Amino acid sequence: MARALPSPMDVDALLADRDTGIIVCCGSGGVGKTTTAAALGVRAAEMGRHVVVLTIDPARRLAQSLGLTELDNTPRPVVGVGEEAGGSLDAMMLDMKRTFDEVVLAHSTPEKAAQILANPFYTAVSSSFAGTQEYMAMEKLGQLRAEAERDGTWDLVVVDTPPSRSALDFLDAPKRLGSFLDGRFIRLLMAPAKAGGKAYLKVFSFGANLAASTLSRVLGGQFLQDVQTFVAALDTMFGGFRERADVTYALLKEPSTAFVVVAAPERDALREATYFVERLEAEGMPLAGVVVNRMQVLAAPGLSGSRAEAAAEQLDDRLDEGPGPGLTASLLRLHADLAEVATRHEARVARFVTSHPGVRVSTVPAGATDIHDLDGLRTVAAALAG
Amino acid sequence: MATPPLDDAFDGVRLHVVTGKGGVGKTTVASALGLALARQGQRVLLVEVEGRQGISQTFGVPPLGTDEVRLVQDPSGGELWGLSVDAKAALLEYLQTFYKLGRAGGALEKMGVIDFATTIAPGVRDVLLTGKVYEAVGRTDGSRRGQGAHVWDAVVLDAPPTGRVARFLGVNEQVADLARVGPIHAQAESITRMLRDRISRVHVVTLLEEMPVQESADAVAELVAAGFPVGAVVVNQVREPVLAGPGLAALTGEDAEERVRADLALVGVRNGARTVGGLVAEGRDLAARLALETELSDEVAALGHPVLRLPSLPGGTEDGGVSVLADELAEQGVR
Ligand SMILES: Nc1ncnc2c1ncn2[C@@H]1O[C@H](COP(=O)(O)OP(=O)(O)O)[C@@H](O)[C@H]1O
Ligand SMILES: Nc1ncnc2c1ncn2[C@@H]1O[C@H](COP(=O)(O)OP(=O)(O)O)[C@@H](O)[C@H]1O
Ligand SMILES: [Mg+2]
Ligand SMILES: [Mg+2]
Repeated sequence: MARALPSPMDVDALLADRDTGIIVCCGSGGVGKTTTAAALGVRAAEMGRHVVVLTIDPARRLAQSLGLTELDNTPRPVVGVGEEAGGSLDAMMLDMKRTFDEVVLAHSTPEKAAQILANPFYTAVSSSFAGTQEYMAMEKLGQLRAEAERDGTWDLVVVDTPPSRSALDFLDAPKRLGSFLDGRFIRLLMAPAKAGGKAYLKVFSFGANLAASTLSRVLGGQFLQDVQTFVAALDTMFGGFRERADVTYALLKEPSTAFVVVAAPERDALREATYFVERLEAEGMPLAGVVVNRMQVLAAPGLSGSRAEAAAEQLDDRLDEGPGPGLTASLLRLHADLAEVATRHEARVARFVTSHPGVRVSTVPAGATDIHDLDGLRTVAAALAG
Repeated sequence: MATPPLDDAFDGVRLHVVTGKGGVGKTTVASALGLALARQGQRVLLVEVEGRQGISQTFGVPPLGTDEVRLVQDPSGGELWGLSVDAKAALLEYLQTFYKLGRAGGALEKMGVIDFATTIAPGVRDVLLTGKVYEAVGRTDGSRRGQGAHVWDAVVLDAPPTGRVARFLGVNEQVADLARVGPIHAQAESITRMLRDRISRVHVVTLLEEMPVQESADAVAELVAAGFPVGAVVVNQVREPVLAGPGLAALTGEDAEERVRADLALVGVRNGARTVGGLVAEGRDLAARLALETELSDEVAALGHPVLRLPSLPGGTEDGGVSVLADELAEQGVR
């Protein structure tokens, strides 16, 4: 049976196109989103573009190679990238808590802000609410984009997405936080704040009263008071919150945005990629293509696995009295193993390509070791560009 | 480097908390550990708390709910049971038990209060989740807690990933500011006490790759600082190299290609430059990876905790793979 061959993304055309303003790298955890984002950033800068890359949780050594030694939430120039071509690369690491703090500071009066930042619920929500990281990545993307347009510092923003288990979390989390804040109980808690302060229990319905008193009993009276202060304080900046998330979401639908879905040649990762591709289509968000990263590639492709295995056995027979298997027999066995993996990876990609005929798919070979420096990123980028 | 004896991680332990970077095999290792203990005649409860139905997938049973379900009945008399804890259900149950809410519970749910309480205060959610584990560990067949024999010889918790685990276990600190008094606060204190006790251990699963090892090291440091006893480090998905020691050394020799060319000729395999060079290059890539793995193995050993190694199963963990890993754990001395 003839295998469906992927038609790869034209990465260089994408990067060279001045209309490409945002590239979002998404995919399930650990597949190589950060690596891909950084590699695209390096290549674009070396094609003369002014790029900022937002990374999230980069591997430590990679972060060091990019000069990201502190988590200070500010883009820093990466030296030695793009100068010759008249381009530049800035890189930053997302600090989720700090980004949240900045949002609070930007959207409320100094007193209100201080009140919110000191509230124990704020601390809990801003550092561990499921989805806060996704939301803040979105927020930061909006900020970088606005800054790029205002100051002309960058003409391309490349963003990595948080290391969630499921690729879709990135798109869903902001809405989840939004709908949580829209929840009925929260609204009820906010209502009295609007009606003017302390007499909150009076304006509560019977149900809300029951709810409030039960929670107080279980969690202690202070709990509800703290929640109420927090929610009331949040309420003032709530509009701003929502608006910004909506603006960024809209930005993701513009034709100047390109999504790159990263996957590994494994069943689970490709299944996630499928969900993501379908979701992007449903949302009208522009997909540039899918990257299947860490493909096993053979250095001796002309030799089949079965032939290598047979030859290894023949060599063993000849060396029967010798000191164990020789070098060549071992290399042949290694080759047979690698060939099996390579075949499996190719079959997975072929299946994906067959079931997604319109989608461009590029592959990147697995390096022998991790990708932790600029040259490693350049190699990945070159593979991406085909 | 010598690592401490395995007994340090298992002797007298009744609560096994399993963590690791996402995707390294936490659920698989927790399942294999539960199975290994059950096969030695123990009654074991395997608990998951992230609603992913990882246990049901691993054992090929229907999705787990709020009731404990038997997964395996071993000829030794041991049993493995599974449970998926859900914070919302736990809160409702909790309110029912302590406050006899009756139908009001449903009203609370409809108001979004349950959602609210379990999301806005992750600490509260975590108390509810670990609270179920606490209850299971302490459950006895007598009429009161502490009376009679323990119902579960061991409880294995498939915990959140390394990045969140210290916070998850540190429920006491988490709720200290949120719920300063009241039953949730009191329960958080008891739970934390149990987690710091010598009957509990946190096992960390890793792969021999840079990021998981780094995260494991960070997690071990964080857990130790927070006073949670760390058990074993489980290196998962270890691949036995086809080429080791002397073979690898031969690769670095200048005559490597010449030897390969001659050998291929002997067995009639085409020995052009591409094939010969390719085979040697593949060998050198493997050598580079093994060198990195050795470095990472040393880092794992240097963490100062007993190390277990589980093989990478070529066919994945379906079709009895977990059973192979359970045997492997038992063989390495897990009891
Ligand atoms: N093509 C590749 N070959 C070898 N290692 C890779 C490759 N792509 C990524 N890696 C390594 O895999 C690990 C995870 O990659 P990363 O980009 O951080 O994933 P993600 O951001 O999706 O979680 C890193 O250690 C990285 O160096
Ligand atoms: N020792 C192993 N050999 C082969 N595959 C494994 C092994 N351990 C885990 N896996 C596979 O790796 C994937 C992730 O494992 P899982 O236990 O779900 O990880 P986690 O719970 O940490 O996210 C699963 O597909 C599982 O089958
Ligand atoms: Mg990443
Ligand atoms: Mg799991």
